[in-house]
Amino acid sequence: MSISKALEHLGAEVAVTADGDVIKGSDGAVLPGVGAFYDAMRQIEHLRDIIGGLEDRPLLGICLGLQLLFTESEEGGRNPGLDVIRGRVVRFGGDVKVPHMGWNSVHIRRDTPLFKGIRDGSYFYFVHSYYAIPEEDVTAATTPYGVEFPSVVVKDNVFATQFHPEKSGAAGLQLLRNYLDVVVNSKSI
Amino acid sequence: MLTKRIIPCLDVRDGRVVKGVHFENLRDAGDPVELSRLYNEQGADELVFLDISASPRGHETTLETVTRTAQEVFIPLTVGGGIRSTEDMRKVLKAGADKVGVNTAAVKDPELITEGARRFGTQCIVSAIDAKRVYEERDDRYMVDTPRGRCWFEVYIYGGRTPTGLDAVEWAREVERRGAGEILLTSMDADGTKDGFDIEMTRAFCTETSLPVIASGGAGKKEHFLEVFRETGCDAALAASVFHYREYTLQEIKSYLRESGVAVRD
Repeated sequence: MSISKALEHLGAEVAVTADGDVIKGSDGAVLPGVGAFYDAMRQIEHLRDIIGGLEDRPLLGICLGLQLLFTESEEGGRNPGLDVIRGRVVRFGGDVKVPHMGWNSVHIRRDTPLFKGIRDGSYFYFVHSYYAIPEEDVTAATTPYGVEFPSVVVKDNVFATQFHPEKSGAAGLQLLRNYLDVVVNSKSI
Repeated sequence: MLTKRIIPCLDVRDGRVVKGVHFENLRDAGDPVELSRLYNEQGADELVFLDISASPRGHETTLETVTRTAQEVFIPLTVGGGIRSTEDMRKVLKAGADKVGVNTAAVKDPELITEGARRFGTQCIVSAIDAKRVYEERDDRYMVDTPRGRCWFEVYIYGGRTPTGLDAVEWAREVERRGAGEILLTSMDADGTKDGFDIEMTRAFCTETSLPVIASGGAGKKEHFLEVFRETGCDAALAASVFHYREYTLQEIKSYLRESGVAVRD
């Protein structure tokens, strides 16, 4: 998986796991995700309490991993998510090609440690057909694609990107490096 | 906004880049990893490896270079060439590719696309289509007017050597229905000419499918990239020799496009 390669490239020690005890023993977690919402939820259902209650341990959701954090998604009917962030996930409509695939600009709406050294309007790589509509104030960056959708959300120690930082070249690596700094800093507190 | 992508293509045989590659600042111009790293630094938006190895051992060696590339170049990587089964797809994706390109085997058995999309996700499956103009009036083909006359587009397989009689536009509609996530469209007429992309053909595919289309074949000048983005709805343009022979760097092409009003990533 690309995200583990990128994190290892940045010097992190990575375990790919679905084991709750391993996650509890980690300094920080990443929730990636490809495929369909419902299938992914089924696979992480047993981790619901751990992911929902990571407390001080940072979590980074990526792509579908961002969407899974929300209350529900309309992908494949109407499916409940982890409900860490209140809101729902809907499909792109209108004139745009779906999936939204390629490099698009990310506009910073609120400063977070993830954006250290990243210029406003930087390009990141996206592949997705659905986007989140938060019902609480979590949007840290937005991206235009027919609508202006949240491309980065942050709530306490939970961070999530709709794009793939592990596929976004130098800007993506910088964002992951920033996340690892968050992990290291939260550990020392 | 969503930018147009510029994609260098590397022909890889037995783990080595073939076709001329002329870079003074590379220690080893034949190493796909080193060339990928350079293109990444120059601003490539994605990379495509076309594996033209003739033997199973050659494919294995190429896969090793995919793994090494994926460990240090963090932009999307598509690997195609010689993919015959979902097991081949799995190997390529496991090695570190983000997308897998299928061509001949999918034409012979379209279920490969359906099954691949189901197992690995639509976003992983790139349908590579090699097509050539046929100047012949047919009422059972998708006909297009061109400056040289009316024509339809025929699917070629086995690296562009074998005509199939299939209507390429109809084939593109079918791969979309079956779950392909993207079309890599190579013009057999334009490929190698450096006379520019096949505009009429690219436009037809962009109109007749809603999938992202990567235009390929014929890039020789920076104006050709502008033309294909201005004249068609394509999402990306792919080229090989124009980059390998260092006629233009990726930055030069992207600066030119940006100055001409095309949105590209900096």
